[in-house]
Amino acid sequence: MESTNKYFFKDMSVMFGRSMRHIFRSMDTIITVCITPIAMMLLFVYVFGGAIETGTENYVNYLLPGIMLMAIGSGIAYVAYRLFIDKERGIFERFHSMPIARSTVLWGHVLTSLISNGISVVVIIIVALLLGFRSSAGILEWLTVFGIIGIFTLALTWIAVIAGLAAKTPDGAGAFSYPIIFLPFISSAFVPTDTMPSAVRAFAENQPVTPIVEAIRNLLTNQSVGNDIWTALAWCMAITVVAYIFAMRLYKKI
Amino acid sequence: MKKNIIKINGVKKSYKNVKVLKGVDLQVEQGGIFALLGSNGAGKTTMIKIMATLIKSDEGSVVINGFDIEKNPGDIRSSISLTGQFAAIDEILTGRENLQMIAKLRHLKNPNQVADELIKRFGMSEAADRRVGTYSGGMKRRIDIAMSLVGKPKIIFLDEPTTGLDPEARLEVWKIIKELSAAGTTVFLTTQYLEEAEQLADKIAILHGRKIIAQGTLGDLKKLFPPAKVEYVEKQPTLEEIFLAIIGKKEEN
Repeated sequence: MESTNKYFFKDMSVMFGRSMRHIFRSMDTIITVCITPIAMMLLFVYVFGGAIETGTENYVNYLLPGIMLMAIGSGIAYVAYRLFIDKERGIFERFHSMPIARSTVLWGHVLTSLISNGISVVVIIIVALLLGFRSSAGILEWLTVFGIIGIFTLALTWIAVIAGLAAKTPDGAGAFSYPIIFLPFISSAFVPTDTMPSAVRAFAENQPVTPIVEAIRNLLTNQSVGNDIWTALAWCMAITVVAYIFAMRLYKKI
Repeated sequence: MKKNIIKINGVKKSYKNVKVLKGVDLQVEQGGIFALLGSNGAGKTTMIKIMATLIKSDEGSVVINGFDIEKNPGDIRSSISLTGQFAAIDEILTGRENLQMIAKLRHLKNPNQVADELIKRFGMSEAADRRVGTYSGGMKRRIDIAMSLVGKPKIIFLDEPTTGLDPEARLEVWKIIKELSAAGTTVFLTTQYLEEAEQLADKIAILHGRKIIAQGTLGDLKKLFPPAKVEYVEKQPTLEEIFLAIIGKKEEN
């Protein structure tokens, strides 16, 4: 059905404002999203870190990219949950029976996901700085890092939209995020892939987290990023497009 | 004769192989209260969702406020509002914020003023700045209906507005519906309670076996029934009457 597109930006700002209020009224969701990755960071830096040979002087520097991705992995579970609640409570139906630009109902959630995950990432960077993280990257490198993180968040957000719209229970809405949170473990996020058995190593080196982590790590340490950045972007774009198509198909059905 | 603001002809809808509606015809006059009566699962909600542009019918024509649902769903959305079966409110926002949000989405010039007026009209000044999550069922329904009135739509759809409410809250919803109708809004409601249709509706349609089997005023429908026989029976108060008497009702004043 057609939408009233002339009000797109006006409606979008209402939807975004609403869902950001949800974030700021439940700061616990941001804390929950940050607490596990921060605990992992402490554990790896102070417990396992001493025994891990990464070839870098500062293990926090090595670890940070993977920790940020984990935080986003748990952050998007809440996106799925909020969408599920809107669907279940009939809020979508109310909006859809009104003369608004319909697509803003979804895009409001997507934009909120980008902003709230951005906040989580900033919190984690601050904690990492306290633990001794130091970066020689310049403005351009930092902007590139945030760009990669943004596209990665967008890709996972559209997966979260599918999960939220397809779920039958609130728990089910967030469950998809567990494998995503786990993916960094089988990548170069915590340890170099060299010591892994060949099958695991093949998986680790060819799954999306590794090139993303490598690209971010090299940008932050001001080293050349090589092809990793293109592989990383290709993965993120491909996931975004495929997830978007399936998400929109589901959205039209409800 | 009054103008028909809703005209429905031969609407059919099936989900997969299940026929939910097989040829529904309805005419709703402007103003007044129209009740669609039917048992659970009769297809009342499907009918409402079709009229509210949420789902499409497989066949048949729907014309609301002069707009064809196929050609101008946007104009229909500007003429109507929907209050679904379960209160569709944002529980994390306050009552006032919910009203303001809907006013903004209806693109009104002064959303805050519109919200304030509705809060006053619905006697919710005390609760307006609390989160809706803390409201009772009756209050949620009240703010839900208030949200439907934002922007003064011509037609209001209420899908089982009193299901799950306690008797006190139900009487309050009835009062609101009567006031709406008195102010000229067309109210289309569905209900499974015969008493509700009898109390409120100017016109009643009965949806049964996926079709409208009877339609008319209460008087018309009574004619379909064998003439009343006079019998004397001692009047016992119903439990509802006792309940309402004990908790001391404000219905009187």
